[in-house]
Amino acid sequence: MDQIQLSARIAELKANLAALSQQADQLAAQVAHSAQPVVEAAGGHGNFFVTGLTVLVLACFVGYYVVWRVTPALHSPLMAVTNAVSSVIIVGALVAAGPAGFDFSKVLGFLAVILASVNIFGGFLVTQRMLSMFKKKGK
Amino acid sequence: METLSALLYLVASICFIMALRGLSSPETSRQGNIYGMVGMTIAILTTLASPIVQSYWMIVLGIAIGGAIGYVVAKKIEMTALPQLVAAFHSLVGLAAVFVALAAFYSPAAYGIGLPGAIAKGSLIEMALGTAVGAITFTGSIVAFAKLQGLVTGKPLVFPMQHPLNAALGVLTVILIIWLVQSNSTTAMWLIILVALALGFLLILPIGGADMPVVISMLNSYSGWAACGIGFTLQNNLLIITGALVGSSGAILSYIMCKGMNRSIFNVILGGFGGEAAAGSGPAKGPQGSVKAGSAEDAAYIMKNAQSVIIVPGYGMAVAQAQHALREMADVLKHEGVDVKYAIHPVAGRMPGHMNVLLAEANVPYDEVFELEDINRDFGTADVAFVIGANDVTNPAAKTDPTSPIYGMPILDVEKAKTVFFIKRGMAAGYAGVENELFFRPNTMMLFGDAKKVTEEVVKAMEA
Repeated sequence: MDQIQLSARIAELKANLAALSQQADQLAAQVAHSAQPVVEAAGGHGNFFVTGLTVLVLACFVGYYVVWRVTPALHSPLMAVTNAVSSVIIVGALVAAGPAGFDFSKVLGFLAVILASVNIFGGFLVTQRMLSMFKKKGK
Repeated sequence: METLSALLYLVASICFIMALRGLSSPETSRQGNIYGMVGMTIAILTTLASPIVQSYWMIVLGIAIGGAIGYVVAKKIEMTALPQLVAAFHSLVGLAAVFVALAAFYSPAAYGIGLPGAIAKGSLIEMALGTAVGAITFTGSIVAFAKLQGLVTGKPLVFPMQHPLNAALGVLTVILIIWLVQSNSTTAMWLIILVALALGFLLILPIGGADMPVVISMLNSYSGWAACGIGFTLQNNLLIITGALVGSSGAILSYIMCKGMNRSIFNVILGGFGGEAAAGSGPAKGPQGSVKAGSAEDAAYIMKNAQSVIIVPGYGMAVAQAQHALREMADVLKHEGVDVKYAIHPVAGRMPGHMNVLLAEANVPYDEVFELEDINRDFGTADVAFVIGANDVTNPAAKTDPTSPIYGMPILDVEKAKTVFFIKRGMAAGYAGVENELFFRPNTMMLFGDAKKVTEEVVKAMEA
């Protein structure tokens, strides 16, 4: 009698336990799910800052050595081409102008796309015009 | 997908590095420019392929409008107007940076940096810095453009309390950035833009026309750093790398220009040079003896009988568009068996390398054009130094007179040539407000008049 009651009790507890653990799993999954954006917003950004800074510093060194090798005669084309290249900021403008729908950011993005495009086309073209004039003797 | 686009951005970065690398010599430069275009195309297409970009009509329209404007402007522009064109282009980059930062501020979700009103603090700092630098670049470049185009006077505009005001605005910007980061306030964002716009305007206003090479290089550098700041906000390595390349390029050019004038960057930025301040200290000595004015025939005769002629062009040549006439003159001289070279001072003209481009435009082969340190020794053996539209960069006071505002500036040693010709419109002092004692030397002959007209007369006299 006792034994039967006891085993019934055990079975009941087991079932409870299983249900609980399932709940715990669910909760854990929920927590993990909701924690992810938090991690991305806080930790993820911090990580990018260090990566970005590394890239920045290294790129400055590359820029330093490359630019010092530019011949002084071509300093004007250098300015024109760096100007064109810095319009790569259009990447940010495209992201702003890209989403479906319509809002203030999209207008800003649209304007930025126009400005950057003027620079890209104008900058590379004027550089090309300048460079095509530099000729050697007897040519 | 994300990995692929990151890799493609890397390829684009390398293309941009190659574009600058190509400029190490004229032969490889054209190829370098093509690398630049390829890199830009890759960057744009990669972004367009990313899932965030859903609607294309606005983008295509924007690129079409902007591209058409850029194409027409670049095709039509006169080579003498290059400095103002570059200044105008810089202002566009600055404004675009402001717009992109604002767009990120209003819909941060698209950039993955948080929700409206709750943007990650780090992103806010980067955004604010990018915006401020962009806004300064925008108005600063507009002032530089107006000065170069002659819309406002090229003279430095100084007013009392200028520097304290600029410093106050700078401090205010920092306070506003702190406020923005603490509160995520929209008001703070707009105030930062307004203050930075005012600051850019006021910073460039007191800088005189002949300091423009430094200013343009500096603004070039700023536009790079603005792109860099936006790159951090967007977490995009391509923007960071490119911004750093452009930023360091502009910084190096500013340094070279400052060294060419023996002045510190602070001295240039604080402005006022060549205005009243310099006028008081320099030219108070008065004329020293008589000036010998010559005719085009005299000049033609002396140069035709010379062994070697070194031509020193300056901003006056650009203003008068005399480069074509000058090349004709050199052609006649070469035909007569005279050795002709060109000597370029690092700060001649209104932007780095300005003279080289103008001479190239007039079909002068680039291997006849020399930089200061490569040609300065040759003046000692040259028969004629033909100075056209330059003044301060030949003034021996830079070597001999420690009280002169230009003391210590590297100069072209035209005084060592047997005969020196100066083509000038009048006896006015140069930009630095300093009298040039060379004008009064017995071996100097002044040719008064418009640079182009005088050169054409010399050519005519040679052919007669």
